[in-house]
Amino acid sequence: MRRYIRRAAGLSLFLLAALLVNAVRVQVLQAEDLNGSPANRRPAIARYGEPRGDVFAGGRPVTGSKDTGEQLRYERTYPDGPLYAPVTGYSSQKYGTTLLEHAEDGVLSGTDPALAPLPFWNEFTRSRQPGGRVLTTIRRSAQEAAYRGLNGRRGAVAAIEPATGRILALVSSPSYDPGLLSGNSPAVTEAWRRLNAAESHPMLNRAIRQTYPPGSTFKIVTAAAALEARVVTDPDAPTDTADPFVIPGTRTTLPNPVPGCRRASLVYAIKWSCNTVMANLGVKVGLEGMLGTAGRFGFNDDSLRIPSGVAVSGFDRRMSVDQLALSSIGQFDTTATPLQMAMVAAAVANGGELAYPYLVERTTTWDGDTVRETPRRSYRRAMFPATAHELRRMMVEAAERGTGTRALIDGVTVGGKTGTAQHGVGNAGTPYAWFIAWAQDRGAPRPAVAVAVVVEDPEAAGGEISGGGDAAPIARAVMVEALKPETSR
Amino acid sequence: MTATAAEAPPPERPRPARRRGVELSLLVCAVLISVYGYAGVGMARSGAVPPDALAYGAGLGLLALLAHLAVRLRAPYADPLPLPIAVLLNGVGLVLIYRLDLETPADRAAPAQLIWSTLGVALFIAVVVLLRDHRVLRRYAYLSVATALVLMTVPILFPAVNGARIWIRAGGLSFQPGEFAKILLAVFFAAYLAANRHALAHTGRRIGPVQLPAGRVLGPVVAVWLISVAVLVLERDLGTSLLFFGLFVVMLYVATGRTGWIVVGLLLAGSGAFAAGTLEPHVRGRVESWIDPYASIAAGDGPSQLAQSMFSFASGGVLGSGLGAGRSILIGFAAKSDFILATAGEELGLAGLTALFLLYGLLVALGYRAGLDLRDPFGRLLAVGLAAILAVQVFVVAGGVTGLIPLTGMAMPFLAQGGSSVVTNWIIVALLIRLSDSAREPHPEPVESGVIAPAADPAGQQGRAGPQGPAAAEGAR
Repeated sequence: MRRYIRRAAGLSLFLLAALLVNAVRVQVLQAEDLNGSPANRRPAIARYGEPRGDVFAGGRPVTGSKDTGEQLRYERTYPDGPLYAPVTGYSSQKYGTTLLEHAEDGVLSGTDPALAPLPFWNEFTRSRQPGGRVLTTIRRSAQEAAYRGLNGRRGAVAAIEPATGRILALVSSPSYDPGLLSGNSPAVTEAWRRLNAAESHPMLNRAIRQTYPPGSTFKIVTAAAALEARVVTDPDAPTDTADPFVIPGTRTTLPNPVPGCRRASLVYAIKWSCNTVMANLGVKVGLEGMLGTAGRFGFNDDSLRIPSGVAVSGFDRRMSVDQLALSSIGQFDTTATPLQMAMVAAAVANGGELAYPYLVERTTTWDGDTVRETPRRSYRRAMFPATAHELRRMMVEAAERGTGTRALIDGVTVGGKTGTAQHGVGNAGTPYAWFIAWAQDRGAPRPAVAVAVVVEDPEAAGGEISGGGDAAPIARAVMVEALKPETSR
Repeated sequence: MTATAAEAPPPERPRPARRRGVELSLLVCAVLISVYGYAGVGMARSGAVPPDALAYGAGLGLLALLAHLAVRLRAPYADPLPLPIAVLLNGVGLVLIYRLDLETPADRAAPAQLIWSTLGVALFIAVVVLLRDHRVLRRYAYLSVATALVLMTVPILFPAVNGARIWIRAGGLSFQPGEFAKILLAVFFAAYLAANRHALAHTGRRIGPVQLPAGRVLGPVVAVWLISVAVLVLERDLGTSLLFFGLFVVMLYVATGRTGWIVVGLLLAGSGAFAAGTLEPHVRGRVESWIDPYASIAAGDGPSQLAQSMFSFASGGVLGSGLGAGRSILIGFAAKSDFILATAGEELGLAGLTALFLLYGLLVALGYRAGLDLRDPFGRLLAVGLAAILAVQVFVVAGGVTGLIPLTGMAMPFLAQGGSSVVTNWIIVALLIRLSDSAREPHPEPVESGVIAPAADPAGQQGRAGPQGPAAAEGAR
């Protein structure tokens, strides 16, 4: 009997060995796959088990966290949701993250290794750090002025500090409250459905993710190209443009908004937005020259990150002459984001050197130690300083005595350029009202702000629609706030 | 075990070491480890040691001390390991249940488990003190099997819980009689097989190479087994029917030494499992879930309990997340009972799980050890039976929740929430203590050990059992 007892014991030993081998299989060999399974709730529970770090603007948080006591414990709150939505994006337990919430997720959620006191600390302790902070470059007053100025109309504002590239305001309208998407309740699903179905596209970030035909504001780029290519050597000298001007290769004549554009000088053409002069100059510069200049301002760059990705502003690489003529006045296929046009104004204001735009000043741990700081970087030299100097003069002229007078501020040098972009099939849509500008306090060494405003459906729908009338006052309000000394940072 | 030879002075007969001091120190360790785990849960969850950690330690320590005194006084030669292992497993189980209670404030199971554990230790002491000689149990073989069948049948009259009719509910307490039945059945099998093993092995008709045992010898035991399994199938208690099956096959094999029994047993088991797996929807679901635990995820229905259990184990990795820091509660309603091992795997890691398996392995090994050392076939078979109960149960539960074999609902001995299970396992340990005491105590007549021919065994046993000895044993001769 002892022999059989030993065999039975041996069988039990075999079962024990099978259990141990199988445990190794599950806990070691398959562990990575199982831990990464999308159905495994652990990562989500850990992620929402701690309050998320906050996004700051002007020294104060524009986000918050609330303890729901549920399994996914902390939900995001947005005290000023619609105002800062184009900056923060949303952080939803159900729909993921966008914009800064996405780009800086590692810091905000506490998983970024740089938050830990020592390398591999998190891996070793199986912990994550408390969520860090993201300090933005946004000026609260400028952001509010832009939002107030748009007043619910469809449109966007982007404002940049030209010397540094810091983004001072980024507004899209109509906006939405990202807090509606924070949790995972049926109400969130309903809000998501409603926001996506809304005809006004409130979740679209028009400031950096939507491109518009830039219209006449693009004439600044064309003017820069003409000066750089030395097609124009004296901006005040008359050009050889006929009026009416027939687009080369077609029988179509190009209309002008004002009289006096025949053989007008470059200065006059910018001041009063002569289509004929600028189309003619664009054709003379040629596709190569136009592409080169547009590219130096940031057109056709699909790698621009602020750190959220920015939609590509386009200037076609292959065009016929008539298409080039139309593109040179910001029509045909030319498209630009509001941020791109703010960069155009910023390049002019900054003497031709374009700073890389950025939205995150620095990131810190939860108790304020700096994790990363965004350095000032040069994006490109958009043009020679002399060209920038001439363009500054023209934009000032346009603002003070031309189409942009509604952007003027007492005691401040303001340069501007209006735009009224046709769009739609046969130009049937309500035109977009554009205004790009920069402002420099007299006595200040350099301009404080460059701004671009686009209004999609100006109040005067069907009547007078113009960049000068609808967009310029908004730009002015933003510039007024941006010119004030920074109070709290 | 080895010390018996090592410490012996050459001229005299070796005097077996009692090792009660070893037992006591191991018990102190077991209690300290449990209290440490209890405090660890508190630290992980609220940053403070639970206020009742001392009371918990004192309570567990007192129980362990009383059990130790009972062993010291009444079973002084017993192996020193089973009691500390049982205390440690029971203590860890209480910690795990307490820890899971924190996730389900509305359903606190640890206090009840503590009461059941106390009752279990009380019964342990009662068995060790009152049962002076395990051979007494032979007299009650038929009473045992009758009680077992009644116990198993009664739950049919009670409403089903989670699809299984294995509970008796009375006044807020629920009780799973199948747990007790397994001890009673082991006693019956041991007694019957001890009495009839020669008849089973050597008589009956031969058909070709197969020698069939005499029907009148095999009949009663097969009948008992079939009734048990039939009842369990009616009650949908698959785990226990599998356990009974394994118990029966192992004991039959050890009693007769006929490999044929194992082959027949495996064939029966295979066909039974196949029938249940294809015909019974409840079982088929579990088999399908075992074949692909993640099918429900792909189907968009979310992870099954088994998948959640696998996630738990994987999340624990080698070192575990630490007590209180895991998420095994995601498994759902059976987290404290059938799936409690997943919490151990997640929070104590592969290291902790291996330690638990080895503790069970040690307990099982000690059962087999007692079986080897005992001199009477009944005692041997009973020890083997008890060891097999533990081995099969641990394998079926642990294999089920780790995806090695299809899942069957059964309780992890000592760890899982469940009063009847804890009480039963304490009785099993008490019987193992008693058996190992008998196996290791110095024997007055040295000639008897292993020299006497096997045929003399039943006669000797019969004499001790007295005139009321089992009728079956007499019928077999």
